[in-house]
Amino acid sequence: MTIMDFPTFMQQVVNSLSLGSLYALLAIGYTMVYGILRLINFAHGDIFMLGAYFAFYAITIFTLPWYLAFPVAIIFTVLFGIILERFAYRPLRNSPRIAIMISAIGASYLIENLGVMIFGGRPEAFPTIQLFNQIFSIGSVKVSGVSLLIPIVTLVVLLVLFYVINKTKTGMAMRAVSKDYEAARLMGVDVNTIITITFGIGSGLAAVGAILWGMKYPQLIPLMGLMPGLKCFIAAVIGGIGDVRGAVIGGFILGFGEIMLVAFIPDLSGYRDAFAFVVLILVLLIKPSGIMGKATVEKV
Amino acid sequence: MLEIKDLQVHYGGIHALRGISLNVEDGKIISLIGANGAGKSTTLKAIMGLVPKTAGSVLYDGKDISQDKTRDIVKNGLILTPEGRRVFPDLTVDENIALGAYTRNDRAGVAKDRKWVFELFPRLEERKWQAAGTLSGGEQQMLAVARSLMGKPKLLMMDEPSLGLAPLIVKSIFSIIREINQAGVNVLLIEQNAKAALEISDYGYVMETGVITISGTGKDLLVNDQVRKAYLGE
Repeated sequence: MTIMDFPTFMQQVVNSLSLGSLYALLAIGYTMVYGILRLINFAHGDIFMLGAYFAFYAITIFTLPWYLAFPVAIIFTVLFGIILERFAYRPLRNSPRIAIMISAIGASYLIENLGVMIFGGRPEAFPTIQLFNQIFSIGSVKVSGVSLLIPIVTLVVLLVLFYVINKTKTGMAMRAVSKDYEAARLMGVDVNTIITITFGIGSGLAAVGAILWGMKYPQLIPLMGLMPGLKCFIAAVIGGIGDVRGAVIGGFILGFGEIMLVAFIPDLSGYRDAFAFVVLILVLLIKPSGIMGKATVEKV
Repeated sequence: MLEIKDLQVHYGGIHALRGISLNVEDGKIISLIGANGAGKSTTLKAIMGLVPKTAGSVLYDGKDISQDKTRDIVKNGLILTPEGRRVFPDLTVDENIALGAYTRNDRAGVAKDRKWVFELFPRLEERKWQAAGTLSGGEQQMLAVARSLMGKPKLLMMDEPSLGLAPLIVKSIFSIIREINQAGVNVLLIEQNAKAALEISDYGYVMETGVITISGTGKDLLVNDQVRKAYLGE
């Protein structure tokens, strides 16, 4: 156990907040898609990877300034997520659930390997944006602009998301579809449209997460979505899959857990990635439905 | 207003509807009775476009809607209150009611109808902030009906509205159905409570394993020997 001074501790808190935010943004995509399709979208981590690469190419090849490059990257990622659902999942909507899951795993491998082919397996460096890379001193605590930016952007995005889900007609329809397809259709809700919107939102949040991720950990490889994807799936399960608030909570638990584990017990730093899985096992043993989840009885 | 001709449905290898023809005339309450598995619910689902039809036509005000999407059918005023109520348990009563008006864009009309359903079901107004899943069975049925009314139905189809409810509540549901009909909404009713249904119906159809076997006015069916034996338990 390491004893640390206050400024170092606060720096770790800021780091935890930003890592937790990134996990939360990615975990929401898993949980929303699961909530509506009962599908674990295994390709979600790869959509995250694409978001980072789209932003990278928008800045490096198309030489767009960041304030244009980022929205363009987000839009392309959203479109990609929608296309993925349209071609990989929708044709299997009425097939046994295992088929659509296998399709998701296949899509994940396809995107990763296409990534290696097209982007190349060599790591790329995410461009540095001066504005966000300044170091701020708050008292004796030094933090980078990116570490402050990440939680702020995440907070704003989450507020908008919760507003959409809870206060708009579309959000209401999304909640209805996640409970009962047929009853929602009887209200005149077009289920396909709602599913498209869900994939769009999930992919958009993944793109926001990917761009922020790129600014904080500026190394891009086509497999970069693998581990965050897996962890954020775990975050969604910890929080109670299907519940957006749960995904946020799960994301922050993992973010804080990982950073603090390494900060306080540096000897365990090699086990950093294992932390998520240990928490997963504990949650599954103690409360399998997750923190916010309700135990449900599956109707046959 | 609704004319169904030779409607056929295959359901996972079963010929569930073998050619159903029925008519709903303006201003009337029509009921469809029959044993479990006769195909009553399938008939309504087929009208709504929830199950694919293999043959036949559904004419609504003279226009064939048998290939229309569910959302367009709902928008045109054909609304189904499904069996088992199917309210959205996590949504509040008010949100369930708002979802009933999902396809409508006339804000003033929606607000007016919301007031109207709260007058019909004052209990729901008292509980409008409650999650629908916390309501009693009877209240959930009221919510399901209220939600359907919010879609501004010209024809309201109700699948087993009295199922599993206490006799007193059943009575009030039936008097509400009458009230709704008097407000100008046509009603197509499926009921296992054949007696209560026929008593308020202008016309009735009896279904048996995918076909209609008997039809007649509500009064005629109530005194029909076959109907009395098989469905009224007399």
